Amino acid sequence: MRTLSLGHTGLLLILLLPAFYWGCRPSAKSSPDKESGENPVAVSTSEPETETAEIPHFAEGKALYTSYCLVCHQATGGGVGGLNPPLKNTEFVLGEKERLIRIILHGSNTGLLVNGKTYSNSMPAFPQLSDEEVAYVATYVRNSFGNKAEAISPAEVEEIRNLK
Amino acid sequence: MKKLLQKNSLTIALLCLTLLAGALTFSCKGEASGKEGKAGIVLSPDNEGIKVPDGFHVIEVANSLGSPRHIAVNSNGGIYVKLKEPVDGKGILYLKDTDGDGAADTSKGFGDYGGTGIYLTDHYLYASSNEDVFRYALDENQEVPANASPDTLVYGLIDRRTHNSKSITLDVKGNLYVNIGAYSNACQKEDRTLGSLGLMPCPILDSAGGIWQFKTDKFHQTYGDGVRYATGLRNVVGLDWNQQANALFVVQHGRDQLHTLYPDYFDQQASASLPAETLYRIEEGDDAGWPYIYYDQIQHKKILAPEYGGDGKKTGGEDAIDPAVAFPGHMAPNALLFYTGNMFPERYKNGAFIAFHGSWNRAPEPQKGYFVVFIPFENGAPSGDWEVFADGFSGKDTVHSPDEAEHRPTGLAQGPDGSLYVSDDAGGSLFRILYDVKDGE
Repeated sequence: MRTLSLGHTGLLLILLLPAFYWGCRPSAKSSPDKESGENPVAVSTSEPETETAEIPHFAEGKALYTSYCLVCHQATGGGVGGLNPPLKNTEFVLGEKERLIRIILHGSNTGLLVNGKTYSNSMPAFPQLSDEEVAYVATYVRNSFGNKAEAISPAEVEEIRNLK
Repeated sequence: MKKLLQKNSLTIALLCLTLLAGALTFSCKGEASGKEGKAGIVLSPDNEGIKVPDGFHVIEVANSLGSPRHIAVNSNGGIYVKLKEPVDGKGILYLKDTDGDGAADTSKGFGDYGGTGIYLTDHYLYASSNEDVFRYALDENQEVPANASPDTLVYGLIDRRTHNSKSITLDVKGNLYVNIGAYSNACQKEDRTLGSLGLMPCPILDSAGGIWQFKTDKFHQTYGDGVRYATGLRNVVGLDWNQQANALFVVQHGRDQLHTLYPDYFDQQASASLPAETLYRIEEGDDAGWPYIYYDQIQHKKILAPEYGGDGKKTGGEDAIDPAVAFPGHMAPNALLFYTGNMFPERYKNGAFIAFHGSWNRAPEPQKGYFVVFIPFENGAPSGDWEVFADGFSGKDTVHSPDEAEHRPTGLAQGPDGSLYVSDDAGGSLFRILYDVKDGE
C-alpha cells in the first residue's frame, strides 16, 4: 500500500519534471520560416473519388508523376529539403500556368527559392512528353498534395512549347 | 491506516515538490548568473525516442537551432554548431551547459555565413562557408573571444548549388582537407536528364569532385595554392583523419537515379539499393572513379556508369580505389568520426561512427538511413561488419518521404568525457549519447 502511494508520488514527480525542465531551457530561437512550405503532416496521394472525378485525366497524370517526378518530388509532393523543391502550397505550381509548363518542358537549373528556402538540384527538361502528357501531369500536381488550381489543357502546353 | 498512508504520501509529495522546485529554481538562477551548479545529467526516460544499445543513453542538448550541420566540442564541453543558414545573422552557435544537467543553457552566435564544415584544435576553430574556410583564434578556455574576426585561409571554391558543402578536417602535419563536391549527379551534358550522355573527360573534375589539401597556416589560399589530394569523389560530406592509419577517410554520396535515367538496365528496386554509399581510405593521388564508375555493393564490383556505356554489369575503373566499406545506396552519409574517447566500451575505441542523413532517392521504395552506424576498427582498418548504433531519428516506423522525418543525423562530435554528439539539420536538435551514467550523476 505504501509502495503504491509512493509510486503515485513518483509518477507525479515524473509528470511534473518536464514542466520545470522546459521552463529552465534557453528560450527557443525563432527559426527562419522553418519548413513553411513543407507541411510535416503527410498528405495522402490517394484523393477521394469525388474530387478526382472532376480533374481531367487525373489517373494518367498520377501515372506520369509516378514515372517522372516522384523520385525527386516524393509521394507527398513535399520534395527534399535543400535539394528538390516541394510542389505543395507554392506559386510555382499554383500560380501562372506558363511558368509551370515552362519548367516541365525546359527544366530549371538556376536553383529556386520556394517559400523562403533554396533548393539546389537541377530539374531536367522533359521535351519528350507530349502536350497531353504535360497537361495531365501539370493538372495532377495542381490538384494533389492539398493543392487546388485550374486544370491545364494540351492547347495551353502547345502554345508555350511553340513560344520557344 | 489507509488514510494515514495517503496523508503521509501527500505530505511526501508536497515536500518533494518543494525541494524539487527549490533545486530547479537554483538551477535556473545558476544559468542567469552563469554560476556552475552541479545538477547532474538529467537522463531522458525514453532516450528521446532513439534506440541505442543497452547501457547507452540519449539526451537532447538543445533544439530549435535552425539547421545545424557539423559540430565540434571543446575541452570544457562547449559546443560549436555550424548552421546551414545563419539564424538572426549568426552562422555559428556556441552552446554551453553551465549547470551540468546535460541541456545547453547559454548560447551565443557569431559568423554571418551559412555552411557545413567546422573543426576544432587546441588553439583554433576552423569553419567553412560554401566557398571559403575561415580560422578563429581561441582563448585559454578554447572559446572564440567576443568580436573576434577570423582569418581567411581559403577562398573562391566552387559553389554551384549542388553538393556545395565544404566539409573540412585536419591531419597532424598542418594540412587542411576540404571536400569540393561535384555540381552534378553523373556528369551528364544535361544534369539528371534522360538520354543525356556523360561528358568525356568530365570537366568538373578539374575544380570539384574531390578532396583538396591546403595549409592550416597560410592565408588567402585558393585552387592554385592547394593540391587536388583525391579525385573521382562525387560528394563527400563526412571526412575524418584516422590517427592509427595516419590517413584520411571519407564517406561518399553515390549517384542517384539509375532507374529514371536508364530504365532498361535498372528496375525500381535495383535503383533504390544501388549504387553503394562508400567509405574510402584515401592516399594522396587516389581516384575513386566518379563519374565513370560506381561501386555495386551486391556484385562487389566497380561498374561502368551507364552514361559512359555501362549496362549494370560491365566493370570499369581498373585504376580506381576500392571502398573500405560499402553501404546500401542513397542513405547519405553526412558525418564520419573516429572515436577516441574512453566513455564507451572498449570495442568502440578507434572505430568509426557514421551519421546517415537518410535517403530520398529510394522513392517510391521506403526510405532508409536516418541513423548512426558503427564500424569496429583495428590498426586503422575495419575489423568487422557495420552495425546500426543509434536508430529511430525519423520518429517513424517507415519513412516514405524525407519530409516525414523528425530528425536527420548530420554531424558528429566527441565530447571531452567521451560522449558522442549528433546534430540534426531537419528538426534542429542536438543530441548527446552517453554510456554508463546514472540519472543525476
